[in-house]
Amino acid sequence: MSDFQQRASHDEPSGLSRRQFLTYALGGTGAFMASLVAVPFVVETLDPIRRGGANRFVNSGHKVSEFNKTLPQLVEFRAHRDDGWNSADIPSRTWVILQPDGTPLAMSPICTHLGCQVNGTLGPDGKPAPAQDGQWWFHCPCHGSKYTVYGIQSPGSPAPRPLDVHTVKVDEAGYLYLGPLQQRNSSGQVIS
Amino acid sequence: MLKKAYDWIDERLNVTPLWRDVADHEVPAHVNPAIKMSAFVYCFGGLTFLVITTQILSGMFLAMYYTPDITNAWYSVRYITDEVLLGNVVRGMHFWGASLVIIMMFLHMLRVFFTGAYKKPREMNWVVGVLIFFVVLGFGFTGYLLPWDQKAYWATAVGAQLAGSIPWIGPYIQTLLLGSHTVGALTLTRFFAIHVFFLPAALLVLLALHFIMIRAQHIAGPL
Repeated sequence: MSDFQQRASHDEPSGLSRRQFLTYALGGTGAFMASLVAVPFVVETLDPIRRGGANRFVNSGHKVSEFNKTLPQLVEFRAHRDDGWNSADIPSRTWVILQPDGTPLAMSPICTHLGCQVNGTLGPDGKPAPAQDGQWWFHCPCHGSKYTVYGIQSPGSPAPRPLDVHTVKVDEAGYLYLGPLQQRNSSGQVIS
Repeated sequence: MLKKAYDWIDERLNVTPLWRDVADHEVPAHVNPAIKMSAFVYCFGGLTFLVITTQILSGMFLAMYYTPDITNAWYSVRYITDEVLLGNVVRGMHFWGASLVIIMMFLHMLRVFFTGAYKKPREMNWVVGVLIFFVVLGFGFTGYLLPWDQKAYWATAVGAQLAGSIPWIGPYIQTLLLGSHTVGALTLTRFFAIHVFFLPAALLVLLALHFIMIRAQHIAGPL
């Protein structure tokens, strides 16, 4: 054995013995063939990553002119959701207020703390009413997160960021279209 | 690096003899295609096992997207085929591989039959092989229903009628097979469970017996 190895290394200056070469060649061929089988499995498994979130805009059924700059109005709409081989129109809600520059801000009622539905401040008639303490208009029933009419959380709230907002579009007739939700940072700027 | 990791494990668990036992197991001259090309017929058993392995793997990956429910099964299969990246390849592997298993297994059986390898002392291994044959046919029968298309539905309807035509006990067998009085939701869940849980368990046990016996009794001698 050692005699053979000495002779082999003497004859082959590259240092690669015949046995080693065959091991590499067979191993490489085997790995290639195995990868032909394995690659489709891996790609198929990773498929969900290439699917983005919902990217569709749906008509809210309301014109921008129906909203005002003082208090958010509740809008009920049907969000389209593609879920694998299922697709459904899910009843959804959003609070819409006009920002000082007149552009609509459509806020999700989902608390950014742990996902409860936040309540707006409503008067006895069930219509939006001014905030009782003059500042915090949305209240989360679960852990007391408070938000302004623009969905910015109070400093003491457990909520880590303002209410998420829909990307919005307005068509020629003035109807408000609601798109995917986006997160905002604490100063209200959309971050993603 | 790899070598060091292997040595570390080997020093503690002494794993080398485990794979050495398989790797150093000598291939008899009369079954080695490198010596005599016609000996490739002895490869059919191993090729059957190779295809079965890919069937198990592709089936596991298909199961991530499939759902055995009469309203959704076909849509989930269409989703795999049309939407999932390379899903049609994985489904194709399982579809064509299914036929390939039957073909390879049949060729393997012909080789064993015509070389007389089933004779004493290997009768029991032949019997286990026949049981594997039935299990694989069961895979084919139950798997055929899962896409829940017209072909699947009517093939199973006919299969159930065949079972139902057995004298006296036929109707009972048919009901137990379908899990209901008709091919429907209960049939689909039942066939799915048989296809992915019961039959694989039976197959792995039988394959283990098959391999342990051939290892203990050695491959039959030359003609």
